[in-house]
Amino acid sequence: MTGEGKGEHQRLPLPLREGAGGRGCSESAAAVGASQSTDPSPQPPPSRGGGADGAPPGTTATAAQPPPSRGGGADGAPPGTTATAAQPPPSRGGGADALPPLVTIAGLRHCFGAAVALDGITATIRPGEITGLVGPDAAGKTTLLRLIAGLLRPTAGTITVLGHDMTTDAAAAHPSIGYMPQRFGLYEDLTVAENLDLFADLHTLPQDLRTTRIERLLRFTGLTPFAARLAGNLSGGMKQKLGLACALLSRPRLLLLDEPSVGVDPVSRRELWAIVAAMLAEASGQNETMAVVWATAYLDEAARCARVLLLHQGKLLSDSPPDDFLAPLKGRVFRLGLAPGVARRAIARQVSRNPAVLDTQVSGDALRLVLRDGAAPPDAASLGGTTLAPLPPRFEDGFIARLAGDAPPAAPEIVITPPRTGGGPPIVVQDLVRRFGHFTAVDHVSFTVQRGEIFGLLGPNGAGKSTTFRMLCGLLKPSSGMARVAGQDLLTAPAAARSRIGYMAQRFSLYAELSVRENLRFFARVYGLSRADQGRAIDAALDQFELREAAATTARDLPLGLKQRLALAAALLHGPEILFLDEPTSGVDPLMRRDFWARIGSLADAGVTILVTSHFMDEAENCDRLGIVNQGRLAAIGTPAELRARVRSAALPDPTLEDAFIALVAQASEPGVQAA
Amino acid sequence: MTGSAMRMRGLLKKEVKHVLRDPSSILIAILMPIVLLLVNGFGISLDAYHMPVAVVVSAPEEATRGMLQAMAASPYLSVQRAASVHDAEAALTAGTVRGILVVREDVTERLRRSASWPARVGLSVNATDPNTARILEGYVTSALTIWLGDAARELRRTPGGGIDLEYRDWFNPELHSADFIVPGVIAMVMTMAGTLLTAGGVSREWEHGTMESMLASPARMIELVLAKLITNFGLGIGSMALSVVLAVFLFGVPYRGGFFVLALAASLFLVFALGLGLFISTVSRNQFVSSQLAFLTTMMPAMMLSGMLFDISAMPHWLRIVTYFVPARYLVSILQTMFLAGDVWSVILPNLAGLAAAAALALAATMAVTRRRLD
Repeated sequence: MTGEGKGEHQRLPLPLREGAGGRGCSESAAAVGASQSTDPSPQPPPSRGGGADGAPPGTTATAAQPPPSRGGGADGAPPGTTATAAQPPPSRGGGADALPPLVTIAGLRHCFGAAVALDGITATIRPGEITGLVGPDAAGKTTLLRLIAGLLRPTAGTITVLGHDMTTDAAAAHPSIGYMPQRFGLYEDLTVAENLDLFADLHTLPQDLRTTRIERLLRFTGLTPFAARLAGNLSGGMKQKLGLACALLSRPRLLLLDEPSVGVDPVSRRELWAIVAAMLAEASGQNETMAVVWATAYLDEAARCARVLLLHQGKLLSDSPPDDFLAPLKGRVFRLGLAPGVARRAIARQVSRNPAVLDTQVSGDALRLVLRDGAAPPDAASLGGTTLAPLPPRFEDGFIARLAGDAPPAAPEIVITPPRTGGGPPIVVQDLVRRFGHFTAVDHVSFTVQRGEIFGLLGPNGAGKSTTFRMLCGLLKPSSGMARVAGQDLLTAPAAARSRIGYMAQRFSLYAELSVRENLRFFARVYGLSRADQGRAIDAALDQFELREAAATTARDLPLGLKQRLALAAALLHGPEILFLDEPTSGVDPLMRRDFWARIGSLADAGVTILVTSHFMDEAENCDRLGIVNQGRLAAIGTPAELRARVRSAALPDPTLEDAFIALVAQASEPGVQAA
Repeated sequence: MTGSAMRMRGLLKKEVKHVLRDPSSILIAILMPIVLLLVNGFGISLDAYHMPVAVVVSAPEEATRGMLQAMAASPYLSVQRAASVHDAEAALTAGTVRGILVVREDVTERLRRSASWPARVGLSVNATDPNTARILEGYVTSALTIWLGDAARELRRTPGGGIDLEYRDWFNPELHSADFIVPGVIAMVMTMAGTLLTAGGVSREWEHGTMESMLASPARMIELVLAKLITNFGLGIGSMALSVVLAVFLFGVPYRGGFFVLALAASLFLVFALGLGLFISTVSRNQFVSSQLAFLTTMMPAMMLSGMLFDISAMPHWLRIVTYFVPARYLVSILQTMFLAGDVWSVILPNLAGLAAAAALALAATMAVTRRRLD
């Protein structure tokens, strides 16, 4: 309703041509076939027995993991062979030998004009398991999925799906493929039942089969009571479930899901996963081969997949089960306990400069460290903490280790003039309400943010975060209640009051046609900086945000991480005391995210008050305090550690913020009210 | 039911539901034609009634009374007495009158004596708009001629043999410009409505992401295109019927042709317009850009080059060639013929052929450009 997150991840590049002649493409065409395993880590030992990954809940683990063959079929056929490798044989005994892959990708390369979207991908998709396709925005996940679905023709390389070469014979494979694109792809004018009926018509399901399947899918997705509701009136999670149901109608043998759970509330996310896993289990039970490719930017989902293809900037960084991916990190991840009351961020900065440490992350009231390969764990006290305890590695650690390589990420130092002190708390919100017709987007939200604090509003899309933001910034008039920034109501405040805040909108709101420098100059002028100040501020911004080399690039052509930095720089040009950041890190890769939070941290330490919204629960660990929002209501406020402690129990000894979210939201809603 | 038929049924059901639940198609098909017809039909008028003329009479009153009465009796003229030529010229410059008639004092004298004919009467006209100027000249001349004939009879003189022009105005005897313009407006409305319906529709699917799901499903491209064409065709025919009804009952334009040919011409033209819209939305997947393109490619050519307002034969040669590529031209010709003249096959058949060619071309272009893939 508020458009939060809608279209945020929709980065459909308008394809230009097949790019057959692009210089960038043809140059590397010769390198096709030689560039596959960019995986720098050592090959995991081949005899990984089945179930080594502990059969994560919900996935049907294949009984035996086949040795990681680079791009070949399970029977070791060289890449590029089409029909023989991919013929699904009659059910092999016991399933001990893995069934041949449903999809074989060899040397795939795809360009949009001169831009290289995928560079030398070789992989297979095996049946009976959920293959994760993981990577940040613009990594190439959507492009790869569309190529597999036959919606794009590859610039170079081959894709074989169920024995059909997608370059020439795509139509034959189409009936067996179910594709759920990133954007909802549903007809919002039709009801749930009508949408399902339409897809049933398109898949030419006979009537009797149709009724049973639709009824079953509605039951599975919990949408039976909503069958007559217009698809446009469903919540985000329900829309995704409906999309999944439509994709599953035809019982596809290959299910391609493009970020099905992005921005959706955590409960629905888990439900979506459960639905897919159940379908897979059922298919295996009936001896049908079915494979699922689940593209995601959520690294916790990646950890649950049977196998993960990690993409970064079009390259395949890794193709292995999550455990194998994490094997090189064994013994390198530690938790550094901190004494209560210390400045966590300052210590984090200091620690990150330690040569043995690869990555530092604030995690509640402790620090999570990833050491360099081969480094000995340093002494806790020397790092400034109290205790040092080993931790099991997470998927994100693996990602960072791959990306960071050997060069230590430079810890940025932002130097700003400390803002004025004095006066009450910079942000005060009391009983804020906003209605759109019958729909209450923000329902009696109250919180206060202290000076120099990073406050996070955490919640799924449609929870009311952006609406609250807009009311705080004076862009939207509240239906009732009060929102004060720096003691003033920005809806009516004079320009002087507005010049004390900085705002970074969702999707960055930069001028795509202007260059970096021109954008900065524009914002400097708009905020009323004098001539001399403008020059100084822009220079400082270019240096501190490392934008000098890109100063003349058009904003549209910047990679996502640089766009984010530019947007932040523009919001800070006039030295605001209060910073509003609306979903600033959605879709950005972990390295860039670290960089961003480090900068924000130094700003907060210098006294700037920061209000952030996010739907990535675990990123919120970086905040000083959090407000958990769901369906317009504030379910809980507290520090990340407090919130997690509130839901700690015997069943959940070490809850993540996502667990906390689910539990706190359940506690906050009245008993007996069914969450839609 | 065969696969293709089932898919078509599903797609058609979806399109019909869309139309019923989404107001924009109804607006384009029903409201827009009404508004355009009203505005253009009443607003564009090439008629000239009650054109103010200042008359300066120096001759004695009784002599010229008859002349002035004759002029005042004309519905096209509105006579005002001016005291002097100077005043009259001031009025002409200020724009309060469109012409000045100067009658000299010796006009009756000269009329009485045929030897001193002709009697001179001066007419000055504001020719900023040459068309209106010519019309005014014509009105004045005819009013004077009528009076002259009467005056001559009174004086028992015949003005001499001369030419007696018998006027007969075919097809539009009352010279209502609306009867001429409204059929042209109908053609313009049809182009715009037809193109906008499909251009907006497909772009919207791209923007909402549903086009991707459709492409990923077993639906074939031709089925998608056909479903859109059929539904919007129905809307377009309804729109056309509404426009014709408005023209006949609101504007009073007579309709003298048959209905089968009208339906055929409308169908062919609609296929062209819808195909053009589909083409536009394939080229640009953005609703806003599609609508802009639709307006540009339909309204401007339809208004300027279709013969609706401005006579094609008056255009320079190269521009006349260009009008052959504006299918609205064929429809305008057919409509004008059928409304005012009836079924004139020698005019209708070549134009129908032109429309058929345009329709085929638009469809072929759309099929060629719309591919199943996203690239």
